[in-house]
Amino acid sequence: MMAQQRDMSIVIVGHVDHGKSTILGRLLADTGSLPEGKLDQVRERCRRNSKPFEYAFLLDALKEEQAQGITIDVARCFFATEKRKYLIIDAPGHIEFLKNMVTGASRAEAALLVIDAAEGIQENSRRHGYLLSLLGITQVAVLVNKMDLVQYDQEVFQKIRREYTRFLEQIGVTPSAFIPVSGMEGDGVAVLSEAMPWYTGSTVLEQLDAFVSEPAPKNRPFRMPLQGVYKFTRGGDDRRIVAGSILSGKISLGDEVVFYPSGKKSRVKSLERFSGEPPLAAAAGEAAGFTLEEQIFLRRGEVATLAREPKPSVARRFRASVFWLGRDPLTRKKTCFLKAGTAKVEARLAEVLQVIDASTLEQQNKNCLERHDVGECVFETQAPFAFDLAEEMAETSRFVLVDAFEIAGGGIIREALEDADTWLRNKLLVRNRKWEHSLVSPEERADLYNQHPELVIITGATGEERKSVAKALEKHLLHRGKKAYFLGMGNLLYGVDADLKKEGNGAAAFQDRKEHMRRLGEVAHLLLDAGLIAIVTARDLEEQDVAILRKAIAPSERSGITCLLGETSSSPNFRFDLRLERGEQPEELAKSLARHLGERGVFFAP
Amino acid sequence: MQSHLDALEARSVHILREAYASFPDLCMLWSIGKDSTVLLWLTRKAFFGHVPFPLVHVDTAYKIPEMITYRDRLTREWGLDMIYGINRQALEEKRTFPDGNATRIECCKALKTEALKHTLDGSWPRYRFNHQAGRYEEEQSSTPFTGVIVGLRADEEGSRSKERYFSARGVDNHWDLEDQPPEFWNQYKTDFAPGTHVRVHPLLDWTELNIWEYIHREKIPMVSLYFNQGEGTRYRSLGCWPCTKPIASESRTVQEIILELQSGALSNIAERSGREQDKEDGGGLEALRRGGYM
Repeated sequence: MMAQQRDMSIVIVGHVDHGKSTILGRLLADTGSLPEGKLDQVRERCRRNSKPFEYAFLLDALKEEQAQGITIDVARCFFATEKRKYLIIDAPGHIEFLKNMVTGASRAEAALLVIDAAEGIQENSRRHGYLLSLLGITQVAVLVNKMDLVQYDQEVFQKIRREYTRFLEQIGVTPSAFIPVSGMEGDGVAVLSEAMPWYTGSTVLEQLDAFVSEPAPKNRPFRMPLQGVYKFTRGGDDRRIVAGSILSGKISLGDEVVFYPSGKKSRVKSLERFSGEPPLAAAAGEAAGFTLEEQIFLRRGEVATLAREPKPSVARRFRASVFWLGRDPLTRKKTCFLKAGTAKVEARLAEVLQVIDASTLEQQNKNCLERHDVGECVFETQAPFAFDLAEEMAETSRFVLVDAFEIAGGGIIREALEDADTWLRNKLLVRNRKWEHSLVSPEERADLYNQHPELVIITGATGEERKSVAKALEKHLLHRGKKAYFLGMGNLLYGVDADLKKEGNGAAAFQDRKEHMRRLGEVAHLLLDAGLIAIVTARDLEEQDVAILRKAIAPSERSGITCLLGETSSSPNFRFDLRLERGEQPEELAKSLARHLGERGVFFAP
Repeated sequence: MQSHLDALEARSVHILREAYASFPDLCMLWSIGKDSTVLLWLTRKAFFGHVPFPLVHVDTAYKIPEMITYRDRLTREWGLDMIYGINRQALEEKRTFPDGNATRIECCKALKTEALKHTLDGSWPRYRFNHQAGRYEEEQSSTPFTGVIVGLRADEEGSRSKERYFSARGVDNHWDLEDQPPEFWNQYKTDFAPGTHVRVHPLLDWTELNIWEYIHREKIPMVSLYFNQGEGTRYRSLGCWPCTKPIASESRTVQEIILELQSGALSNIAERSGREQDKEDGGGLEALRRGGYM
């Protein structure tokens, strides 16, 4: 038996009424893919109704038969050439159905784009071409259809070819072929036409067979977005498996892996599978799973990479080419979710650089994206995430936007941009990557200490008894067998922070204040890594200060508990977990704080 | 080199893991048939031997008895969290086709669609297998499932080819198939409004042949009804005995079924042709499915 080629999925797109159905019907008929007698039956029906036969009727007839259970659907047609089997996904040309076109096209490896020779290039001819390029479909054959209606005139064909090639060049697409055809008469579909002796290129069928199935990119840098970290204990299973689908590259036993955006690093201890011998390596296209030497805390949304290969970008501000399918426009006021790989972060449109009118390809001045617009924009996300740039790694440059529970747009990232946190993030990335892990995992340490580490942040206005409460809490916990440590901001000022300004105004002082916070966060991170409950006090903390502390302690998987003592006046936007009433005894406040820690599950049951 | 089965498997596993990460109240419908049993096997692949969510079976009391035996055997052997639901009231009132009091479609609606709906939303009792006691026990109040994994395939029948991998079902299980959200780049509809749920279809791209090839490769145990036991007939699609007919076929093994499918002998006969309810009312399945049927 001949080695069977892999099946191929093709999408057929184009402006409404440019003849996609006719070409599809013709392809089915000419490859003998129709149920027996179907063609004659439809011809006979047309004859009886005195209608000229059209191949598009075939599709209608097939649709009718679905009701009786024949398994062909207009949305998906199957046929085969001698080389391989094809699944053709029909994407309706009507503008309201763009969502279906995007869905269909994203599952295809190549596209046929149909343009009516008589009508010429229309709005959706361009829009569909643009979307194909954004979706990453690089193999596109343009079929100039209905050549019979223009008397097979070579000049009509050449004019469309010139004009559409120019358009495709602008969006960076090189077409695989331009083919003059008549779906109605069959010219150029399965055989070249005598009516067009001037055309000597390939037929549609030959072009289909010439498309190549791109193998999954195994030779690019390794990228695997984490779908989850699994620990299923049933049956005494103690494996902790990092699971995900490999988008590019390959990974082997013993490889050093770095996870982004956190920058945490470990080594592959084993590759896992459900049955059979555990594999030694896994590559692009596989749904994989592996365990690590160190028990580092990881969560869904991180991207696994190899330490020896190029790093991805980590940012929360970027420039992208996007398309918008949502009913409501995408404005700068709207908050939506961005999903890239398995990361999901809150996102906002920051700036519209240009919106392209698909009908004229001219730039428009707009500050929002309306339904079916394509354009170039800057986005900002709430949290940083890992990605690559479209020019370098297509798979990991893609994101979708979710608005009101539904996917409403998509884009590819062109450039990572700086934001206010870049200085901090870069420091933390290096720290996490260089971190030397203990032989004792955080989980093991927590078990031995009978508690989770936690950061308790107590703040308030000048003169409040923050330190008394913090010290009382430390004592209360230590006397009950817990491991805790009090750390006042003042304890850092003349040691760890000796080189920084203590007070003052202006930009330098502002930068120094952030650096104070970063160092406080670093020390707190050490205490948490040691398994302790760190009780930190500082005056007049603001939301952005706490954000720095939280980022610094992120590897510990604890979010920190913020407590406000008394009223606040200087930082009205401060969000706290617990308000401590002034005037109460510090010991009483400490007890209620300890109770709160208990409710948060910090202490393990004895 | 990845084979076509490897590629299908990888995609299905990816979808199963996305579903598991997205829906805190997730379940999988297990009809005991070949497709959902392959899905169950893929779940064990995705989660390295574990099935980390409950399986739900809608029992109509008219299932072919071997199906129930097979279900409970795998439940024990694989340690499955097994739940079944049933329309007790319709059965007690004998509002069924075999009792002569309902058309096939009405019977399907009552025993399957209704039972499914109320078992999923938690408004009717669920019966959960207690592995220690070795029997099913009634559970009264239960939380609704917001994610439901279903083993349907696009090539099975017309309306199923219009499905997405993640497909929203509105309040009342309604399926708005003209206005479905786009789905691309392995990103799915994982966000849902209160009162709605999402159906997840990891097998959408598989064909009947793929299913049997995979059963063969992985040696997945199948209920014997799929094979000719010497009578010259076998079931191609399983359902309730009053409404399911076997097809004429000599295939006794998985390999023989694969050869039979490859030969094209069945290519002009619909897979569900043995399912009598599809024929009532001209293409009843799409109508059933809009109302919540699988």
